[in-house]
Amino acid sequence: MYDLIGLVVILPLLGAAINGLLGWRIKNEKVIGIIGSGTVGISFVISVLIFIEMLGREALERIQVVEYFRWIVAGNLDTSFAYQVDQLSILMTLVVTGVGFLIHVYSIGYMKGDAGFWRYFSYLNLFIFAMLNLVLADNFLLLFLGWEGVGLCSYLLIGFWYTKKFTGDAAKKAFVVNRVGDFGFLIGMFLIFITFGTLKFEPVFAQASVLTVGEPIIFWMTLMLFVGAVGKSAQIPLFVWLPDAMAGPTPVSALIHAATMVTAGVYMVARSATLYALAPLTLEIVAVIGLLTAVMAATIALTQNDIKKVLAYSTVSQLGFMFLALGVGAFWVGIFHVYTHAFFKALLFLGSGAVIHAMHHEQDIQKMGGLQKYMPKTYMTFLIGAIAIAGIPPLAGFFSKDEILAYVWHDGSFILWFFAAITAGLTAFYMFRLVSLTFWGNPRFKEEGAHAVHPHEAPSSMTIPLIILAVLSIVGGWVGIPKALGGGLAIKQFLAPVFERADRIMALPEHGVHTIDYALIILSVIIAAAGIYLAITWYLKKPQIPVELANRFSGMYRVLSNKYYVDELYDAAIVNPIERGSRKMLWRGMDVGVIDGIVNGLAKIIAIISKYGRLVQVGVVQGYAVAFVFGIVFIIFWLIFR
Amino acid sequence: MIPLNFYLVLSALLFTIGVVGVLTRRNAIIVFMSIELMLNSVNLTLVAFSSFLGDATGQMLVFFVITIAAAEAAIGLAIIIALFRNKQTVNIDEINLLKW
Repeated sequence: MYDLIGLVVILPLLGAAINGLLGWRIKNEKVIGIIGSGTVGISFVISVLIFIEMLGREALERIQVVEYFRWIVAGNLDTSFAYQVDQLSILMTLVVTGVGFLIHVYSIGYMKGDAGFWRYFSYLNLFIFAMLNLVLADNFLLLFLGWEGVGLCSYLLIGFWYTKKFTGDAAKKAFVVNRVGDFGFLIGMFLIFITFGTLKFEPVFAQASVLTVGEPIIFWMTLMLFVGAVGKSAQIPLFVWLPDAMAGPTPVSALIHAATMVTAGVYMVARSATLYALAPLTLEIVAVIGLLTAVMAATIALTQNDIKKVLAYSTVSQLGFMFLALGVGAFWVGIFHVYTHAFFKALLFLGSGAVIHAMHHEQDIQKMGGLQKYMPKTYMTFLIGAIAIAGIPPLAGFFSKDEILAYVWHDGSFILWFFAAITAGLTAFYMFRLVSLTFWGNPRFKEEGAHAVHPHEAPSSMTIPLIILAVLSIVGGWVGIPKALGGGLAIKQFLAPVFERADRIMALPEHGVHTIDYALIILSVIIAAAGIYLAITWYLKKPQIPVELANRFSGMYRVLSNKYYVDELYDAAIVNPIERGSRKMLWRGMDVGVIDGIVNGLAKIIAIISKYGRLVQVGVVQGYAVAFVFGIVFIIFWLIFR
Repeated sequence: MIPLNFYLVLSALLFTIGVVGVLTRRNAIIVFMSIELMLNSVNLTLVAFSSFLGDATGQMLVFFVITIAAAEAAIGLAIIIALFRNKQTVNIDEINLLKW
């Protein structure tokens, strides 16, 4: 079965090609939808079969590189199109194709009647293809191909409704900000090639694992790779593109900007765990950046009123959590959180899509409320997603988040743990603020009369994926039940061979079960419950409290609701100077002044000379003849008497 | 026998008359005839040298010149007729289109 991995990758590309080239001719939405989701569905089935075969093998025989063809051969560089099937990549493949399939099915309902239906499915399939290349690649270059491919698809899908200017702006912003990160990634890749002479994962990590900890070259290598991750996974200071990326269709936000693409950075760092283990300084930077992002994004999410913006900042915050886990050396926990987060965040986004669909493209939660009775299925699934992300056992989010908190605690940094725990509480708070304002309470939109909104439950093509994701959000975390609760941490055991080298270098103490673990679990549940309780009382029972608070701390409220003025800061520090510089110096100065000046100046000089020179030609033919004769006479005299 | 110089002087005189005619006369037909005169003065020189040197090349060249001159005369007269039809004149002072 391992050999079929190429089929998993190529099928979505096939779907993209069919829909992209023939979609405008097919027109039938059903056919396009079936081609789009069917190809991803088959990919999912094949990857499940591979996964089952993998489980049947011995732990050490589970990794296999399937090589297809040599891709680039130049000098020392020899790169192949080869896919590395191992525990980490198959897990990511399952998430990408599984969640991707559900979102494809959901999209059939969500995008119904859109003029660009075929274009949408073509892009979405292309994205799956690129993402599979990213997670399955056996070398950094192929990973980078996927990395750029998902960036391109992200750009195309954010700007999918290209007739509106703001979607185009958001798409450009996402692309340009990602470019900054990619620059770092490239430099990291160059450093790896210079140091190890190859870009293949296995030789690189094998050579690296014998190096001493703290080599400066490894530090720069990992730091530069992390810059790439920061761009792709929307961390400080490059997170600004993700909230804007919500301009795209909601299923796209679910698939690309929540479940899969933005976790590529986490995957990449986890894949390079051996290198990161050798660079403790980078790991510290990763942890601090992750935590800062988590705190900052969570606080911003508290004040946002756009349902998708809340979820976007929540995603940024959760990604911060993942990097925090990676930063303290708990690589498997980072991947675990990627995996659970994919379920509940995709669920939440798809739920919000159903709400937006029902509310006729209203996204302001202040104009919602009481949707519970109109759309019970969406409400139930959304609530499950919210509980899962808030971290209430036994839902998925609890286990991964709790592992992160536990590892941070055992890492010995109380400050990191404290802020992480606070952020977990904030997460619960803003999620239930969202649920309260959207589904509970009394409707704040017009229910009757002219211009009334009549919310309706979404069609079954949308609710079925929601229900499946809701189930996954409940049971998905059970593969990582901690020892303290009598579980076996199955996912840790499963991923252990991938991180074996890194773990040996890090030599994290294998902590047994202590009383502190129980205390931490209880504490984190209490924090989550407190967040939920506060949100319900503030936004449901006593809605005057948040208003009063906003008035009393108006300065702070303004800072938060304006997202810490980061966009304004970037505008002032980077965007405007570049624009002014381009306008005044490059355009007016260089282009108009120098280049146009030279060209036009030459023409002007010639014009001045001609103005006087042409007076010689008066049009009297005999005048010319006289000149002709005298000329000949002169030449003859010159030839004879010179 | 008439010495070569006589031919050459006659030829030079004819050429000079032709040049002066081209430069001074205003009637296009006269100018045209002056050009023909210049051509034939050159023909005379060629024949004279040919005979003097006993080399037939010069005389052969004259036949070519006469042939070309015949064609040139046809074209030149056609141009003058075309000019006259457009301008109702053959006065070249009034035909001063060839300028900026």
